Amino acid sequence: MGERARTLTRDGFRRGAGRGTIGLLVAAVALLSMGALLVGPFPLGPFEAIGRLLDAIAGRDAAGDAATTVLVSIRLPRIAGALLVGAALAAAGACYQTLFRNPLVSPDILGVSAGAGLGAVLGIFLSLPVAAIQFMGFAGGLGAVALVGFVAAAIRHGDRTLILVLAGVVVGALTGAATSLLKVLADPYDQLPAITFWLLGSLAGVKGEDIWPAAPVVLAGLVPLVLLRWRINVLSLGDEEARALGIEAARLRLAVVVCATLVTASVVAIAGVVGWVGLVIPHIARMLVGPGFGRLLPVAALLGAAYLLVVDTLARTISSVEVPLGILTAVVGAPFFLWLLARGRRAWA
Amino acid sequence: MRIEARNLDTGYSGHPVGHGLSILAESGSVLCLLGPNGSGKTTLFKTLLGLIPARGGEVLIGDARLQALPRAEVARRVAYVPQAHAAPFAYSAEEIVLMGRTARLGLLSQPGERDREAALAALSRLGIADLAPADYTRLSGGQRQLVLIARALAQETPTLVMDEPTASLDFGNQAIVLREIAALAKSGLTIILSTHDPDHAFAIGTRVALLHEGNILCTGSPEKALTADALSTVYGVPVQVERAPSGRITCLPDFGDRT
Repeated sequence: MGERARTLTRDGFRRGAGRGTIGLLVAAVALLSMGALLVGPFPLGPFEAIGRLLDAIAGRDAAGDAATTVLVSIRLPRIAGALLVGAALAAAGACYQTLFRNPLVSPDILGVSAGAGLGAVLGIFLSLPVAAIQFMGFAGGLGAVALVGFVAAAIRHGDRTLILVLAGVVVGALTGAATSLLKVLADPYDQLPAITFWLLGSLAGVKGEDIWPAAPVVLAGLVPLVLLRWRINVLSLGDEEARALGIEAARLRLAVVVCATLVTASVVAIAGVVGWVGLVIPHIARMLVGPGFGRLLPVAALLGAAYLLVVDTLARTISSVEVPLGILTAVVGAPFFLWLLARGRRAWA
Repeated sequence: MRIEARNLDTGYSGHPVGHGLSILAESGSVLCLLGPNGSGKTTLFKTLLGLIPARGGEVLIGDARLQALPRAEVARRVAYVPQAHAAPFAYSAEEIVLMGRTARLGLLSQPGERDREAALAALSRLGIADLAPADYTRLSGGQRQLVLIARALAQETPTLVMDEPTASLDFGNQAIVLREIAALAKSGLTIILSTHDPDHAFAIGTRVALLHEGNILCTGSPEKALTADALSTVYGVPVQVERAPSGRITCLPDFGDRT
């Protein structure tokens, strides 16, 4: 490479570094998961933990054994939940940032979190069972984005992307108002704490039966995004250029929005509104491997999984009271992000 | 492959720009569009490519009506060079050029070795192969312009529509790009470009169309269409057209008396 190009290229290691980065991240996620299995109010040694897990897999379930119960029924689902939610939010964030050509966009941009919040809060308000609350969260998220899509489609002039984002802001504000109204009306001793906790996000109550329905939906959303990865790059040049390059931009954008919304809504339904992950993790992924979506998507997903696993492990271990995830993701993430910015890299590019 | 606009009305809803525009560009020729700022050159180009709908009239690309062609087929027939712009993310120049190959890829495919070769060949042709790994966002306006031209070349279409391809280029790169455009036309491509420099139209234009307030004022060979009168009318300043001793024709606007 010539001198001219070297000065214009950000990081020498970035090009073609995708595979190595992905391999390292997979190993890191595996190690972190193993570590997270061991810590908690009921500490276990690594060999003991492996022994118990093998026992449980082989069906030799020592009935009433506290250690096995903690591992299999509490920690394992929670770790799986953190990985799933982190990966999903970061992947959806990477999608929306590329799609809207804006690094300040988070997965909530089209109102999915606000809608899911309203759905779940309504479920809590009506004292529905947990599974029904989760379903209402999921449906609320999809409903809000669908509404945004219809509103944007009804306005027939102007910049399509801008209209979509503005419609998202409006629908988000309306659903937020409805959520606030429900909070005022809710029973302050019984329902309000549950509502507040849900709106701040938590994996405290996540069980195996919560993850099994969500995981396939997340996967169903991610697979098309992976398959369409090259075209999603082109879409980030803007509608006109993408169309000049042979892409049916409106159709592709719809597909990406539907997929990313499915991914986000299904994890918001089980974990509540966990902020920050979908905004910042894609930035860090871009710093590592550049904006090419084929590398950005897996790296963002793996980083998101690792990040939320660490934060959730902190949430359940740093104090005897569960700290809501939404608070910790910001407290841990914000200083780290500032530090990255201060190092002078153009993180948002 | 020829591009033809018949009686085309261009513009946006509630804001008409061009009226009854008819142009024709044949294989192996360069059609230069001239006109002052705001005369509707970019709007015409976007309408020719179907990026904004025509308000009337029709566009023919080859033997097919534009509206009948799917986007991918349009992109296999016409490549568009927009004015240099900022990309939101720091793709490498090579990645930007590779995006020109999209219309040749299947819905779910990634660019392969053949596409990479085409991208590098396009960059080399414009003398910027060394910029391939550079961040597009860190390039100068002129370098970005060259990368966008390379992207259009990598698209390997029989026709090129270029919106002011020389606007942000330095003196030397203008010459390089004009020479490549002339060579591409000689090899049989159809090229439509807009320019603010009538000298460029004289240098490489087979035909010119002079756009004035949304109408085509005159069209024909550069020597016939770009008269001192026509240029003076369109640009609103006195212009002289002179032949240099080398035989090249050049336009000299009146800057006023220097003494």
